[in-house]
Amino acid sequence: MDSTPAIAVTGLRKSYGDLVVLDGIDLTVPAGTVFALLGPNGAGKTTTVQILSTLIGADAGAVRVAGYDVAGEPDGVRAAIGVTGQFSAVDGYLTGAENLRLMADLHHLDRREGRRRAAELLARFDLTDAAGKPAQTYSGGMRRRLDLAMSLIGDPRILFLDEPTAGLDPRSRQVVWQIVRDLVAGGVTVFLTTQYLDEADQLAGRIAVLHHGRLVAEGTPEALKRMIPGGHVSLRLADAETLRRAQAVLVGATADPAQLRLQVPSDGSVTALRGLLDRLDGAAVEVDTLALHTPDLDDVFLALTQEEIER
Amino acid sequence: MTAMTLAVRDSATMLRRSIKHIRRYPEMTLMLAGMPVVFLLLFVYVFGSALGAGLGGAGAGRAEYLTYLVPGILLTTIGAAGTGTAVSVATDMTEGIVARFRTMAIARVSILTGHVLGSLVQTMLAVAIVLAVALAIGYRPDAGPLGWLGVTGTVILATFGITWLCVALGLAARSPETASNTPTPLYVLPFLSSAFVPTDTLPAGLRQFAEHQPFTPMAETLRALLNGTPVDTGAATAAVAWSLGLALAGYLWAKWKYNRS
Repeated sequence: MDSTPAIAVTGLRKSYGDLVVLDGIDLTVPAGTVFALLGPNGAGKTTTVQILSTLIGADAGAVRVAGYDVAGEPDGVRAAIGVTGQFSAVDGYLTGAENLRLMADLHHLDRREGRRRAAELLARFDLTDAAGKPAQTYSGGMRRRLDLAMSLIGDPRILFLDEPTAGLDPRSRQVVWQIVRDLVAGGVTVFLTTQYLDEADQLAGRIAVLHHGRLVAEGTPEALKRMIPGGHVSLRLADAETLRRAQAVLVGATADPAQLRLQVPSDGSVTALRGLLDRLDGAAVEVDTLALHTPDLDDVFLALTQEEIER
Repeated sequence: MTAMTLAVRDSATMLRRSIKHIRRYPEMTLMLAGMPVVFLLLFVYVFGSALGAGLGGAGAGRAEYLTYLVPGILLTTIGAAGTGTAVSVATDMTEGIVARFRTMAIARVSILTGHVLGSLVQTMLAVAIVLAVALAIGYRPDAGPLGWLGVTGTVILATFGITWLCVALGLAARSPETASNTPTPLYVLPFLSSAFVPTDTLPAGLRQFAEHQPFTPMAETLRALLNGTPVDTGAATAAVAWSLGLALAGYLWAKWKYNRS
């Protein structure tokens, strides 16, 4: 594979009047990988996608997508990308099949090839039965699938997905995730934004956390999780007396008497767990239930954005 | 592919999209033709006899006023259809699909030309409906084949000018609701022209305004062509110049607005 990064951004800035939306962003996405931009509402995720996909201009910074400069060679960028925005970009008056053929025509595919690609994508996205119905009669999940299919008709090398599963039910979410995985297996670079941490964890090789227009962390999901201590074992005990006895043998544990719970810091390893249970056995403490909590991206995210607020 | 062939090809694709919209929602076209039809019936059956007598000539009445009015009503139809254009452009701009078009390697102007060509088709349909109603209530034009060719050309040119202006108004509007109001002058202007009454019946200030606004030369040219009477060269030239001028101004304004947003 070609070593030019699919996306290379340095010093990206964008303001709307006095409101600074992006305050110096640097990021690099190697070709063939999935990159997730994670952030709360208003963090600047959509603005970033809009700039990378040539919809709006940046105030400062160098942005290259597929090796082309977004400001100087927008048509080079446009020919290489597919975009599925946060708001459904389908023509509600046209049927699913007509929407796809419209895209095929705009990609200048010949008529036959266009029809073939449209039929193939309808089948792949499970829309064949609805192909002849106007898109405005589609459910949210169907619209999103049609939207994605429309982004793919020109075989983009780089795909931008701005909150691709926002507002979808869990089943439709799984479908979209599977589509993304298949695309990546086929060599497509995916740049996705999301406010769902599990989505970034599921799909992305690298995650950047965007907060108030700046990247506050970047790395693999595992590396981000390591940044945050937060692993613990949660024990539920039968009564207040047992809770007191358990707390006496477990150093550093915090008790929640109302819930009859005891929270013990732990890295979650088998050795640590065995040691914990041995100590409880030694003191003849009966435990009702035990739950292991490993730090997830929610912890990372909350910690990082909290830090940012306090700074 | 050169820039020009790309623009033509993408515009044709966008026109097909507009035509699908028109075919799927014929109610829109009927609605655009509805108001001019109401005006036609109102002016002919309510005011027609009195206004016809005012046109002068022995025994002039409702039938004569119908002959006078139809060219003006056709222009009102074009103005009314312009409102439809502005609203549909403004609505389209709020849809995600236009954002998608902007991220594709297509001729950017094709989104606008698609709207203009689609509106041209829709306006022609509305004009045909209004003309059919006029014929049904007894309108009998005297135009020969060349005259009809001239009528078609004048209507297309006028529509072209007003449509480009309305595309710009649609882009300039903050919302589809605003877009339905800004083209209102296009509804009102025909009343202040020779479309409904001859300008020499108007008071001085209004008369001067009426004689120098686009709808008067357009109405005069159409009326002469439909009646099979000689066309005033000055009026015809002014009609063509206004149409092309409005089209150019609308095109430049629309392009600027579109590229800026």
